[in-house]
Amino acid sequence: MKKSSPSIIRTLGKIALIIAIIIVYAFGLQVTKVDLEKPQEAKRQEQLTNILRGLAHPDLISYEIDRLTVDTPIIVPCTGTPPPVPAPEPGQPAISLSSNCAQPGEKITVTGTGFEPGEDVFIFFVPFAPTVKDEVELKLASHAVTTDVDGNFTEEVTLKSDRVSENVQTVRAVVNRRVGGPKPSTALKETWEKIIETVFLAFIATTFGVLLAVPLSFLAARNLMLQVTSNIIKFMASMIIMPIGAYLGYLVFVKLSAIGAQLVGAGGAPPKEAVLWTVLPLVGLAVAQSAGNRTFFKTVQRWLIAVIVAVVAVILLSAAGQLGRQAGLTLKQSLGGWSFFGNFLLIFSDAIVLGLPAFGGLIGLFSLNPLSNRLLEPALPKLSPFVKRIIAVVLGIFAGAILFGIITATLNWFYEFGDLSQVVIVPSLIGAVLFAALAVFSDPDREIPTGMFVYYTLRTIMNTFRSIEPLVMVVAFAVWVGIGPFAGVMALGLHTIVALGKLYSEQVENISTGPIEAITATGANRLQTIIYAVIPQIVPPYIAFTLYRWDINVRMSTIIGFGGGGGIGFLLSQNINLLKYRQASVNMIAIAVVVASLDYLSAKVREKIT
Amino acid sequence: MLEIKHLTKIYDNTVLALDDVSFTVPQGQFLAVVGLSGSGKSTLLRCINRLIEPTSGQVILDGVDVTAAQPDELRRIRRRIGMIFQHFNLVLRSPVITNVLAGRLGYTNPMWSLINRFSKNDIEMALKQLERVGIKDKAYVRADELSGGQQQRVGIARALMQEPSIMLADEPVASLDPVLAHSIMQYLEQLRDEGITVICSLHFLDLVQRYADRVVALKGGELVFDGSPQEIDDARFKEIYGEEAQRIG
Repeated sequence: MKKSSPSIIRTLGKIALIIAIIIVYAFGLQVTKVDLEKPQEAKRQEQLTNILRGLAHPDLISYEIDRLTVDTPIIVPCTGTPPPVPAPEPGQPAISLSSNCAQPGEKITVTGTGFEPGEDVFIFFVPFAPTVKDEVELKLASHAVTTDVDGNFTEEVTLKSDRVSENVQTVRAVVNRRVGGPKPSTALKETWEKIIETVFLAFIATTFGVLLAVPLSFLAARNLMLQVTSNIIKFMASMIIMPIGAYLGYLVFVKLSAIGAQLVGAGGAPPKEAVLWTVLPLVGLAVAQSAGNRTFFKTVQRWLIAVIVAVVAVILLSAAGQLGRQAGLTLKQSLGGWSFFGNFLLIFSDAIVLGLPAFGGLIGLFSLNPLSNRLLEPALPKLSPFVKRIIAVVLGIFAGAILFGIITATLNWFYEFGDLSQVVIVPSLIGAVLFAALAVFSDPDREIPTGMFVYYTLRTIMNTFRSIEPLVMVVAFAVWVGIGPFAGVMALGLHTIVALGKLYSEQVENISTGPIEAITATGANRLQTIIYAVIPQIVPPYIAFTLYRWDINVRMSTIIGFGGGGGIGFLLSQNINLLKYRQASVNMIAIAVVVASLDYLSAKVREKIT
Repeated sequence: MLEIKHLTKIYDNTVLALDDVSFTVPQGQFLAVVGLSGSGKSTLLRCINRLIEPTSGQVILDGVDVTAAQPDELRRIRRRIGMIFQHFNLVLRSPVITNVLAGRLGYTNPMWSLINRFSKNDIEMALKQLERVGIKDKAYVRADELSGGQQQRVGIARALMQEPSIMLADEPVASLDPVLAHSIMQYLEQLRDEGITVICSLHFLDLVQRYADRVVALKGGELVFDGSPQEIDDARFKEIYGEEAQRIG
């Protein structure tokens, strides 16, 4: 019969599958050491009960305690005369003993009157001590005694057998009375401070991450980067000019910053240099203007004007930065509770002062390129392919040497391979040969896919960092910037950049090309096309992803303290380690409340936007 | 006047999309481009404004060599060439007025356009163009809330903002019903009457014969017919579209 054989095979197959699944799970449960026996042990049950009860009683409120002591004298051992017992004041609590003169180890009865009904009274024996400071209180009753409805109590206690003295000793009743209304406990106050820290941790990290992820996402979008190509000669020229430009830019900005600092008296460059830097371009401008109307001079004029504006701007910015620092420092000290404004100004100005030279390097990196392109563009088409190949080879030698030299010098800084000259020269030669070979074997008119190179590099770096959890990253940052919320901001921020960068760039890759075609066809330039055709398509998904990441960051910021990242996680881990479960409970409740309410808020925002 | 000279396009060294196509279009003519799907109609249109780069050949518009133009020059040339598309190609999340104003990008100062700031004249012009195509009331509505016919009219308004001397239309009515198709074709006819050259790729011969002054047909990238619509009889039809083709309507 044809039908039974396949169905028998299928049944056997299903049975085999079920057996395989059972084997996998059995093995898995063993490897993960799932054990249902151990938790049932009595000791562990008791621990669990303690923890759960602690968590169920969060330490939220505390009261001011007034400690009331009521003393009565006693002589142990009894030598004859009992000590004088002061008369009880009316309305005040008082205790009396069945016998004020007793033997060590004897049982006596303590009677208390005038207390509040239902109070807990602790009974102590205070041995003779030369000064009040040296007094110790020894428990006579193992538990507190509760007064009855009239505020009285009687309790039988056994005197200590080893505390004997000729001097008068004391039996003391202690009541802890609450004074005033309920106040927030220390745990609650600490938790509140840390929660504020946590929320802002997430906020700053997300902002910082978003700001950097947006431009990166365009560089990591395959469809955009595919179109970015460069001619091999221009590429080689760029590889030479860019490092030179970056270094020059950096130097120039350092010089200009010094001039700016000098202007506001924060030290810096001698006045002669200041004059040189501001007057020279003006002179050049005057010369160019007088040289007439030819296009070349017009371009030079425009360029010089730009240079002058830039120079003045950098000088002023640096001066402003220095002033801001000083103002920030002063404000920070004088404004008291509002000192965080001063702090903000200080950080902002510090960022400007530190960032200016780096920014100069960045500008230098990109600004000399258009100049070289403008020189090369008209010249190249006129040359024969052979000549172009030679040029490419020559440029390639220099470009390769410079590029490899820089890379190995940087690596050497990390790994300290050895003598700088050796470590750098050999790779530079290798680089020169490689690039020369590239130039020799490639068609000088062909375009190099520089965009794809950037794309692959960026994607690899981003994927690497994305796989490291912020909780792990924060440990490294804590060593660099110190334990605390700043390390948390850095770790969360970095992870946000790479995670959002990937999500954003996928959106850019998914846009429809139709609108881009249409806008390009109207004669719009690259930037206009991006703003009118690309941006409107990606803004809603970008916003959605940003909110999604914000939710994640809020959750992460609550636990990043476990790794040294500040915030409430730090407090929680401490409380758990010290077995302070009631305080840990307060932390956990705060975390739950914050995460739930921010989740709800972001859902509302998302509704409004989409 | 538009001159196409020996235009050739080869994709990825293997696919021959255009094969030595040459013809000249006098200013103010309504030229229809017909042929099977994949015969090179879209490629031809897109080579005219260099949305696709030709492999060889020349496109000369009013004496200016489009194929050899540098980027800045190319943008100035593109301003004068309007284009509408089969799938309308609007930015769906933006309002209609923004879509129309985008047609002016080739003329606006780049800085202002970056922050979506157009001059009053431009905005008035946009509203005028919208009125001309009959949807001024939809100016501030989001583009994806419009029907197909309305979206194509926004596309036309956008192209008109360029004050073009030549209008390219890549199968503009292929996604529309017959009534809408005729209304869109009538707008194009009006443009032709105002002196704008219209080059329109079409599938349906009844539209070709109703609106076009002249027809060029492509088959496998080659120009196989260049003449008036009336000259396309059944024999010619089979030449262009192949032996199995049958006329629709």
